[in-house]
Amino acid sequence: MSKLSVNNLSCQRGYNLLFENLSFELNSGEVLRISGQNGSGKTSLLKIIAGLNTPEQGSIVFNQTILNSEKYQLETLYLGHYAALSSELSCIENLEYLTNLSTEIIAPNFHNALKEVGLKNYEHELSGNLSAGQKRRIALSLLFISQSKVWLLDEPFTALDSNGVKIIENQIENHCTRGGLCILTTHQDCNIKNLKEISL
Amino acid sequence: MNIFLTTLTRDLKMAFRNPSSFLNPLMFFVISISLFPIAISPDAETLMNIAPGIIWVITMLSVLLSLNSLFHYDYNNGVLEQIVISHHALPLVLLAKTTAHWILSGLPIILLSPLLGIALFLDSKSIYILMLTLCLATPCLSLIGSIGASLVVSIKNSGMLLSLLILPLYIPILIFATSAVSQSQFNLPINGQLYFLGSILIFSLISAPFVSAVALKISME
Repeated sequence: MSKLSVNNLSCQRGYNLLFENLSFELNSGEVLRISGQNGSGKTSLLKIIAGLNTPEQGSIVFNQTILNSEKYQLETLYLGHYAALSSELSCIENLEYLTNLSTEIIAPNFHNALKEVGLKNYEHELSGNLSAGQKRRIALSLLFISQSKVWLLDEPFTALDSNGVKIIENQIENHCTRGGLCILTTHQDCNIKNLKEISL
Repeated sequence: MNIFLTTLTRDLKMAFRNPSSFLNPLMFFVISISLFPIAISPDAETLMNIAPGIIWVITMLSVLLSLNSLFHYDYNNGVLEQIVISHHALPLVLLAKTTAHWILSGLPIILLSPLLGIALFLDSKSIYILMLTLCLATPCLSLIGSIGASLVVSIKNSGMLLSLLILPLYIPILIFATSAVSQSQFNLPINGQLYFLGSILIFSLISAPFVSAVALKISME
């Protein structure tokens, strides 16, 4: 049973206090949707949980491992606003590098991951030649490779068509069934089981 | 160590698929040095005297030109975020990126320098010393430059700021390197200069990746 605890988190950007004393707990099998207006601090919160930003105060613990430790970084997968793809590299080369950075899997099945997101036969296509939706799908194909317990997804459905949204929703549900947990931000409606929601 | 090689090959692969990114500073290096004999004087003695200074100043400027792209591209497409939150040691990944930068900017300059040395009437011994100083000091330019590039990565159009930050740190290298080449022309001992360049290289190799990692984390906030 995994548990992510966020305790008394406060975040300030410039002179703006985005949120303060934010606490929540998320157990394995649960999905948390962070909602809020533009600029309310959703991305900042995800970046803090991912270890990219430092909070003004508060702490984050996942199964007794603290933020920024090597084990914590292995247990979390963060997919941000940008697809993290280099246009000079092919889809598979991009995936190879991103997998190398975020996991310790020895021989991941990239072909299967790309097939799952509907990009079969795009393995050797340069990612610079793809559309915004296809780039997003490549980034999200990491969800079919990653073994991290905590998924942090910032606007994962941006630029995806309805079929793409369904594929990702299903994968998030599968992840939760396997004991993982997921925090996501989105302005779109999503049909995911065990969805909790907090508003900033 | 695996991540070092993976990052190095990735960066080199990307550069060779978009060659203008590293060829432009090299073209600048070759063209600006070859203009000096036309602009100043074709006289061998005059050119021989100013050659070490010219080659070294243009080397620094061309490395500075290419420094801006060291982290910017990966910052803009989100890869740098993934690098920072990776479980791998950040200094090791940054050292790999800096090594790739040196292979694409410093190494070609070292290989081209004999040709440009001949164009500026340097004798063979001075060309040898010039190459030696370039071998010792161009890695320092990339390593020290990586600190500045990490500090300004989140700032748009930061070329001028980067130059202001980094150029003062390049001055000791410029002084030791040019004086080594100039003194070798008069058969004076140059051990002192080479030792200093060597120690700057060791110091920057040990410290720059760590300083750069801290600077990058601050810039990414």
